[in-house]
Amino acid sequence: MGTGAEKLMALDEAIKKYVKDGCHLSIGGFTLNRNPMAAVYEIIRQRKKRLHCYAHSNGTGIDELIGAGCVSRLDIAYGGNGKAAPTCIRFRAAVQQGKIQIEDYSNYHMSLRFHAGAMGLPFIVTRSGMGTDIVNRWGYSREMRSKDPKIPCKKLEIIDNPFEDWCGASKVVLLPAINPDVTIIHVQKADKFGTCRIEGLTFCDADQVKAAKNVIITCEEIVDTEELRKKPEYNQIPFIHVSAVVHVPFGAYPSACYNYYDYDPQYLNQVSKFAKDDTLYNDYLDRFVYGAKSHQGFLDMMGTDRLANLKADKKTGYAVDLDRR
Amino acid sequence: MDYTLREMMAIMAAREIHDGDIVFCGTGISMVAAMAAKHISAPQSIIFFETGAIDSKLEEIPMAVSDSRVMYGAASNGGLLDAFATMQNRITGDHVIGILGAAQVDKYGNLNSTCIGDYSNPRTRFSGSGGACDVASFVPRCIIFMQHEKRKFPVKVDYLTSPGYLDGPKGRENAGLMPGGPTAVITNMGVMRFDNTTKEMYLAGYYPGITPRKILDNMEFSVDISKATEVPPPTTKELNILREKCDPQRLLL
Repeated sequence: MGTGAEKLMALDEAIKKYVKDGCHLSIGGFTLNRNPMAAVYEIIRQRKKRLHCYAHSNGTGIDELIGAGCVSRLDIAYGGNGKAAPTCIRFRAAVQQGKIQIEDYSNYHMSLRFHAGAMGLPFIVTRSGMGTDIVNRWGYSREMRSKDPKIPCKKLEIIDNPFEDWCGASKVVLLPAINPDVTIIHVQKADKFGTCRIEGLTFCDADQVKAAKNVIITCEEIVDTEELRKKPEYNQIPFIHVSAVVHVPFGAYPSACYNYYDYDPQYLNQVSKFAKDDTLYNDYLDRFVYGAKSHQGFLDMMGTDRLANLKADKKTGYAVDLDRR
Repeated sequence: MDYTLREMMAIMAAREIHDGDIVFCGTGISMVAAMAAKHISAPQSIIFFETGAIDSKLEEIPMAVSDSRVMYGAASNGGLLDAFATMQNRITGDHVIGILGAAQVDKYGNLNSTCIGDYSNPRTRFSGSGGACDVASFVPRCIIFMQHEKRKFPVKVDYLTSPGYLDGPKGRENAGLMPGGPTAVITNMGVMRFDNTTKEMYLAGYYPGITPRKILDNMEFSVDISKATEVPPPTTKELNILREKCDPQRLLL
């Protein structure tokens, strides 16, 4: 929630103000596209702890947060990141070693849960998942749920269709809403008040924003309000939902940002290699995250040639013929 | 013409796709299969992704369903809610064929893509459902890609992520799911289908050079092999299209 005031802020200041230890956080994007990576790395640099994260499929960002030890609980549908990591590597290790508590849902479940949160509903209905272990096996116990007022008392519930067999459904699944303390998304264009224009797929970002108590927008460009208001039908998020706006060019790097730059296959492959070994991964964090001091510092390490190579082609929105092996 | 088993699998899946189908595509080989079908036998098929892109141009192979390459030239770029609603809604959902992969499949086509070992203390953790559980819950036809190995065809899956026929003929109905379920399991050795009455997997075809016996040796449970025939290998035309049009950069094949 935000007002009509200007909300431009520095990234470190926005993270310090809104991302608290133990808070409930969701980030935007999907696997290797439009993850708010500048914000993710800043959360790591500020050594935030005990985050409860909500994700449908935020591969690049969530895996770094887990790897850096920021996450203690995770409601998730998919921990994978394309060819570089069919299963996210730090995610896998953390689950196998019992370092994080996890609750599995499907992508539709998680999207609907954000949607319910955005609508102010306690729960939402779907016909997905009946008969599966997503329904039968719970990651968070009833006891844990009963003790924590910030999580619902049940993972989900199946009920008979109260409208008898209307629409041919005998039963439906009820999923509890999510209202994160903070949602962070990265968009192509925003104005200084927080109105956003996302280009390409929106994934679930708008609902994640509308469901959250506080919202940080990072963006490639700050655009004049008048400019965005010439075509308001292209703007998915009005400023009323937004708490802070941060201008961060290449703020989704190393994930992609449609019409601006591609994902960096070389970087993602490199992280996957480091992520397989605790020592190598810690060295990686020391060098590229803590050592970079800021996102600009990190981009400087990558160098302008490397970033120029990822620049999106005007027609297609991605880097044509990029070496993606 | 020589071909690899991955190419064979892609072609076999492409042959399952009919003209006019809406093809739900995951990452990897399923994208190549969907593209191959569009170029070979089902030009009116429509490829769509759980991220919300429908009828993408796909001038280059996407490496993930969120890849900007799925956004270019699409009929619409929506979001996850749009994509799953398209499948949950019977008006469009009944035209969707899903392509899924998994770590394990049982004789009723139930899939595990979550973990090996006990869920609360897994030996190996995988990515989890993603959209797979939703697709398997909603659509009337599904193709499953698998590698033929004993541990991948267990009597019981360690975790049931995506529903096949659950425990048999009435399984889906009793659970409250829509009708549907897998139609084919395509592996590096052959093609399995599901009996109309028992809903149990049987061997429908084996690739040149592979015997039904070898396939059984690579499964924990046994299946009926009496109806199995040798599958014709990919044609030169199919292979050329696959290599030149679908994956010229050889990223997935």
